Order: sequence, then structure tokens, then C-alpha cells
Amino acid sequence: MSPDCSLSSSPDNLLGATVPQTAAINRPMDLVCGATLPSHSLVFETHGSLNKARSNAILICHALSGDHHVAGINTEGKVGWWDHYIGPGKAIDTTKFFVVCPNNIGSCFGSTGPTSNNPRTGKVYGDSFPSIQVRDWVESQKYLMDHLKIECWAAVIGGSLGGMQAMCWSLAYPDKLKHAVVIAAAMKLSAQNIAFNEIARRAIQSDIEFKEGHYLDYETSPTQGLALARMIGHLTYLSDDALHRKFGRLVHSGDLDTTEKELSEFEVASYLNYQGDKFSQRFDANSYILITKMLDHFDLSQNYNDNPAKVFVHAQCQFLVVSFSSDWRFSPLCSEQITDSLVSAGKAVSYIKIETDQGHDAFLLPNSRYQKAVSLYLSRVSNELEEISL
Amino acid sequence: MINDIGPIGAWIEPKSRLLDLGCGDGTLLRRLIDDYQVQGYGLEIDPNSINQCIQKGLNVIEQDLNKGLENFSDNSFDTVLMSQTLQALRHPHLVLDEMLRIGNRCIVTFPNFGHWQTRSFLAIRGRMPVTKQLAYQWYDTPNIHLFTYKDFEALCSERSIKILKRSFVGSQLLGLNSLCPSLFAKIAVYHLAK
Repeated sequence: MSPDCSLSSSPDNLLGATVPQTAAINRPMDLVCGATLPSHSLVFETHGSLNKARSNAILICHALSGDHHVAGINTEGKVGWWDHYIGPGKAIDTTKFFVVCPNNIGSCFGSTGPTSNNPRTGKVYGDSFPSIQVRDWVESQKYLMDHLKIECWAAVIGGSLGGMQAMCWSLAYPDKLKHAVVIAAAMKLSAQNIAFNEIARRAIQSDIEFKEGHYLDYETSPTQGLALARMIGHLTYLSDDALHRKFGRLVHSGDLDTTEKELSEFEVASYLNYQGDKFSQRFDANSYILITKMLDHFDLSQNYNDNPAKVFVHAQCQFLVVSFSSDWRFSPLCSEQITDSLVSAGKAVSYIKIETDQGHDAFLLPNSRYQKAVSLYLSRVSNELEEISL
Repeated sequence: MINDIGPIGAWIEPKSRLLDLGCGDGTLLRRLIDDYQVQGYGLEIDPNSINQCIQKGLNVIEQDLNKGLENFSDNSFDTVLMSQTLQALRHPHLVLDEMLRIGNRCIVTFPNFGHWQTRSFLAIRGRMPVTKQLAYQWYDTPNIHLFTYKDFEALCSERSIKILKRSFVGSQLLGLNSLCPSLFAKIAVYHLAK
């Protein structure tokens, strides 16, 4: 559920220019919903280099609105969404690890999704793109893993919906990853979370330009609805304290002391409007609906009689679980439930709760304790690799 | 901290499940994993200590013992261990009950406030003792519940907690430690059951 991540230029960016690659998967892929994707392509970015044993690869899983551009600067001059954490000497050290980050299917940054052409009809998928689940993203990432001839991930790492993918990996392919780093995630969404997603979808669907999902045929776009959906989402990724600290009652334009004060705009309103508008220019409405539904339907314990203690029985990897104190969208309680389930199942797990006022957004932002803990954990992962190769 | 694990090792079944409450930098837990291959988890609240545990490759879980242990189910561990932490808890007796609910057996270690050095510090100087074991001033000490091993045994008897074994760490001179633990034991170590 990553918020818009075009961070301002990062002075410590050490990766430089990055160019995405594309993997064409020309085999049909059966989706959980029963539909089949005849073929699909995945756009992905890599950083660092694969060692001889091909054992140092780390898969980074993006969240709701994320993409493959995870670190470095792309051709448009944009810094990657997790550049604070990925690079030489950073928490995910690209001098030690080969970092792979794909844009997932159903999204809209180059991988097959609602804006792609359906090879069966020759027309754009639009709202006919089949419904997808987290398990499908994992399956598609497995194709990419095979494409890159990687036998086992040193770690699968993700925040929010990305953390759900990491957990799903540990159950779908238990012997294909050594570590899972699950950040600000949950085993399933709460009613409140689903409600926020429904409001966002309703905002999009109510836009007259939505045309029941066929807006591409009409060469239009429900930007107003998408902006509104994003404004709601973005607000829930922040905490009340952080909003107060950043904006308080600052006025962006106009003057509260004059008779025309109703014409003035608060800073927080200007910020949210800006975020909404920017997002509506870069994201596809059908993708947003598809992926929020995917979040709603994610339920890790569904196949285990809703018994969280049973869920991780088949997992083989080690886990690091991270939460943020002021995250009310995926609260620390959700991460603690994951941790408790892992302990019940007797799995190796460490859990940290980072004190911050930055809310759910915190998983993307610099934080010295968070950076240090991830860095120490991954040093362990890299030391294990060295021990194996000796 | 006890660097020498003393009698604790003998009370731990190899390859058993162990929960270490307030595991600190993980030195003891690491030792128990290396020597007894236990499946160990440590609970800790201090970020620096947690980092050191992560570095040592331990399973460390950030959790405040004062906020309860309800997330752990009954008899889910073979042993629940608490080393030098009981005196720093808000409700030591309630945590002790919880330990015995979660573990089949419990191991507790704590500084014996009845040691002659602490007694004489208070008796002669008239000031709250500051010793190697209790190295804080009264106003900033985390050790908010100071007690002697006799106090502890009285609590065990009140709450029908079985003392399986006990051991004392302190002066080895002339065996004073075991002859008169009330005065000479620096640290008391207990093996407990329901």
C-alpha cells in the first residue's frame, strides 16, 4: 500500500542511473480465480550483481501503488521508492546482494495489467483483466526467478502489501527463500481497512469518466475519482501527530484574518490535493480497483480453519517482522499477530516495533533504528551466505 | 548478568523450547542455544539490546513484560527463564504466575538484597546500597522491587509455587555462600514448577 513515493532528490543516492528490463513469460499462467493469463510480461529493475553461486538475490515486493523502480535514478530523473534502504553500504547493501524488484501483474507500470492488450482479443484488457490475488503475484515472481536462474532467494522483503507477498512466498515455496522480512503487514485486513478501500473504489466508480471501467475505450480517465481515492488512502497512511507536526493549521494561500478567509486554503488541503492529482496522472483506475480488492481478499489463515497458530507450520525460512508505533492502517497488533503465529509454529522470528509518528508511511522513510535493525539482520543473512560458500 | 551459567544448564533439557524474558543482549540465550541446542526466543524492550540479539542471530521479540504475556498460550514452552529482571518489573508476582502458566518449568535469577554488603551499606552508611549487582542510585534505578531470597521463598509459598531446586552465586570462600546464603549469596537462582 505504498503511498506515492517520488521522494525528492536523495543526496546520498549512490546507485546512479537505472534502466528497467522486461521478462516475457510466454507460458500460460493459471490464476487463483480460475482464469488463465495466456502470457504476460514483467518489468523489473536489478541492483548489485549476482554471485557465482547465484545465492545472494533479494526479491523486493512493492505495495499497492509501487513499481519496479525501487532504487537509483531512472531515465526520468526520479529516485526509486526505497532508495533510502537500497544501495552500496545501505541497509540492503548492493555490494553484497543482488536486488530484484518487479512491477507486479495487474499494476500499470509496464508489466501486464488492465492497460495492456489482451492477446486473445487484441483489445486492451481494461476492467476485464481477471481478478488477482497475492498468491498470483508470488507465482508470477516465481517465473521471474526462473527467468533469472535463481534457485533460492537470500531474502524476500516487502512492506505493507509487499510484506504479505513475503509471507505468501514462505508458504507457497518454503524451500525457495532463506529469509522473509515482513514490514508493516497483516495476515488479513481489518473491517476498517476494507472500508477505506471500498470508499476509494466508490470514489473512482462514481467519476463520470469511469464509464464502468471502459474509460480507455473512450480515451478518457477518471482522474477526479482516482485523485479522491488517493487523498483518502494517503491520509490513512499518516498519523494525526505527523500531520500536526508537518502542517498544523498553516495556511497555503489566502489570509485567515481577512473577510475573505473562506477563500484561503490550508496547507494540509493543498498537500492532499497535490498528492491526489499527481497520483491520478500516474496510476490506472482499474489497477487501483483490482489491487485494493486483492488486499481485501488476502487472508493467510483462511486455509487453516482461521487458526493463525497453524498458518506457518510449513514455512522453512527465518523471519524478521517490523511494525511502526503510529501505524493505524496496519497497526503493530497486526505484526504482533504474525510474530505470535510464527512463535507458535516454532519458526525463527525476530520482531521490532519502531517508535515513530510517521504512521504507515514510515516503512518507506528514513529512520535510524529501522535502518540499523534491517542492516544488522541482513548482515546476518550475508554472513550465512559466506559460511555456506566456505 | 551471570556470565557463568552455573546450575541453569543442568535444568534445561537439550533441544527443548525456551522463552527468555528480558534477555538483554542475548549472551545467556546464545550460550544456551550453543550448549543445549534449545529452540530459544528472547523478549526484550531496549532497542540497543535487541540489535545485539539480532547480531547474535537470536530470535528476539520486542515486548514489554509489564504489559502482560497473554499472547503466549498455556504450557507452550518447556522452560521460561528470567534472569535478573524480576526486581525491575511493576508486578513481579503476576509475571511469575504468567511464567508458570506458559512454561512447564521456570528458572528465575535475582540479586539477593540481603547480601552482607547491601545490608552494611544501609546499616552503616544509612544510604540505599549501590553495589556491583545494584549499580544505580535510588532515584534512577530500574530495580523497583528489591527483595531477599527469603522474601522470594515466602512469595513462592504464598502462591503455592514449587521450588524444585535453588542455588546461590556469591563468595566461594569457606563455602559461606551455601552455609549462610542469606548473608553471602549475591545472586539467587531458582528452578520452579506449578
